[in-house]
Amino acid sequence: MSAREDILDAIRTSLGPDAPGRDPEAVDVRLARHAAGLQPTRAQSEGEDRAAQFIEWAEFVATTVDLVASLDDVPGAVTSYLSANNLPAKARRATDASLDGIPWERAPLLELEPGVAVDSDAVSITGAFAGIAETGTLMLNSGHGHPSTLNSLPETHVVVLRRDQLVGGYDDAWNRLRQSGGALPRTVLLVTGPSRSGDIEQTLQLGAHGPKRLHIVLVDGEETADA
Amino acid sequence: MPHRATTVNFKANARKAMADVNLQKALEKMRSGFVEKRLAATGRLPEFNDLRDEAQDIKDHVLANLDHYLERFEARVVEQGGHVHWCRDATEARAVILGLCQGAEAKSVTKSKSMIAEELDLNPFLEGHGIEPVETDLGEYIIQLAGETPSHIIAPAVHKTKEQVADLFVEHHAKYGLTKRHEEAPALLEEARQVLRAKYLAADVGITGANFLVAETGSSITVTNEGNAELTQILPKTHIVIASLEKVVPTLEDATTILRILARSATGQEFASYTTFATGPRRPDDLDGPGAYHVVLLDNGRSKMLGTEFQDMLRCIRCGACLSHCPIYSHVGGHAYGWVYSGPMGSVLNPQLIGIEASGHLPNASTFCGKCEEICPMRIPLPKLLRHWREREFEAGLPPAAQRAGLGLWAWLAKRPALYHGLSRLAVGVLRLMGRGGAIRTLPLAGGWTQGRDMPAPEGGTFHAQWKARGQGS
Repeated sequence: MSAREDILDAIRTSLGPDAPGRDPEAVDVRLARHAAGLQPTRAQSEGEDRAAQFIEWAEFVATTVDLVASLDDVPGAVTSYLSANNLPAKARRATDASLDGIPWERAPLLELEPGVAVDSDAVSITGAFAGIAETGTLMLNSGHGHPSTLNSLPETHVVVLRRDQLVGGYDDAWNRLRQSGGALPRTVLLVTGPSRSGDIEQTLQLGAHGPKRLHIVLVDGEETADA
Repeated sequence: MPHRATTVNFKANARKAMADVNLQKALEKMRSGFVEKRLAATGRLPEFNDLRDEAQDIKDHVLANLDHYLERFEARVVEQGGHVHWCRDATEARAVILGLCQGAEAKSVTKSKSMIAEELDLNPFLEGHGIEPVETDLGEYIIQLAGETPSHIIAPAVHKTKEQVADLFVEHHAKYGLTKRHEEAPALLEEARQVLRAKYLAADVGITGANFLVAETGSSITVTNEGNAELTQILPKTHIVIASLEKVVPTLEDATTILRILARSATGQEFASYTTFATGPRRPDDLDGPGAYHVVLLDNGRSKMLGTEFQDMLRCIRCGACLSHCPIYSHVGGHAYGWVYSGPMGSVLNPQLIGIEASGHLPNASTFCGKCEEICPMRIPLPKLLRHWREREFEAGLPPAAQRAGLGLWAWLAKRPALYHGLSRLAVGVLRLMGRGGAIRTLPLAGGWTQGRDMPAPEGGTFHAQWKARGQGS
């Protein structure tokens, strides 16, 4: 018998047909319904509170957040952030649709190169699929316009997030993703703060393997279509 | 039995650990660190305990229908172009992983923390076949350099001081031209980042564990703070996930419910820095990501735990909270347990995986204080499970003759109340005489017990006498 059959057989034999909770018919029902579990109050913020809560929890985990009025302000905000942190005005950028409409030409000194991140890239700029107010978490989905390496290789990761991309809790982000249609992207990354490690004498330090800095430019302005 | 297990020597291991000054310093820090942070984090989420109930229900439902969920998971992985490899035991899993690495012509393999890899004793095996395994979690990397095993599920190098880390880096990094000795944590971290960055970029295969597998989507989930699982899986051409059967959960929403309590229990964080949902190989229009995706599903004795009193143990999500909160673990550390898992969860799981004959000390290394059950996010009744192992051990005739005779004598006495009361009165009197300073330093026939601590001298009469005096508790 193959290992697969052997293991499945061993599971069935150990459980027996009358195991408490044994209900094969419930399996497909549960998978099809994919109902969300208990929603903490924390995951149900609305309106102004939602943005405030997102920022509060993002900053709690050492993410920095810059609130700007409109997409027009993004190039200037990014340039100021880079120069304030002594970083080069040069970045690898995503081409995901959520970055469309940013007038990058307003920052002529900012050198932007699209594509996959390489080791020598100090800074990346990407969009996000959603911002989750529950814990100040970003949902970053891989795709043609958003290579995963942009989230992990550069030391500084700048994320442009529109206010209408904020959701209350993780399950709301899954809902949006399901509604956006199509298959699950290869990599869905929930990022909550920059990379960190406590492995040397339990002392927390930022910047283990992933980005040392995570900076969010939150665009307050006009509603735009979902990416 | 895996060759590395030293569980039969638990008592000697524990004695050595308690004399290890560095270890004791680290453990003391851990006791305050993890315990206080967890308390603060759970305090910030009023629904925490209700979420624990839901998480328990999710896992109980999965375990009762595990065959079905694994079949669904497999079907989704295959639909996405991935592969699932079913392995009965460690030998089969090692062979599959080696085959995949050789198929990818791998010279080096990056690894993100996996307890299953420890069960497989994977690193020495790969090295033996000419493949360089590189641990990428900083703690795992440190102990790999030291030639040791993890001493805590989520803080594998918790027993190392930064001076010891500095020594290891000087010894092993000279070959990369890094000869300056750094002693401060930020400089050590930076050095590890630099060395490991090159390893990530050179690796042919990336191996990760999985915190969860999702039946609905065929995804594997990794949870890290360092971002190492991400670089491990998106840079090499092949991503191998190694996971045990019970990691499967039904849906993304079910995984989310359990994720809400995982980091809070483990490190006292609101959420770990990186939670990655990986589904199959890269898509046709993706610009990066692994071209091949394999899941190695390991049984290794778990299917036989179903339907037994130990089924509850399969709810475990490896948060490590029971280690951090355990009075035994926090005095002897993880290595004393002698095999992969330690603390209360290890004392239940190791006997299952390597046999009670080899690990009989573990279920006895408990004060039954109940803290582990109190804080377990999955509400696993660990003390009850430890008692089951003690019973099995006794039934198998494993405890030493003196202990069995002692228990027999006690049972004989306990059935004769008049004699029992008389003798216990006498014993209390004698102990009170022996401990006039309030503490008894050495006790005949219990030298092993008083070697490590004083026995408090009894105050007042026997329990029965006090009970009677209080009007039987009314």
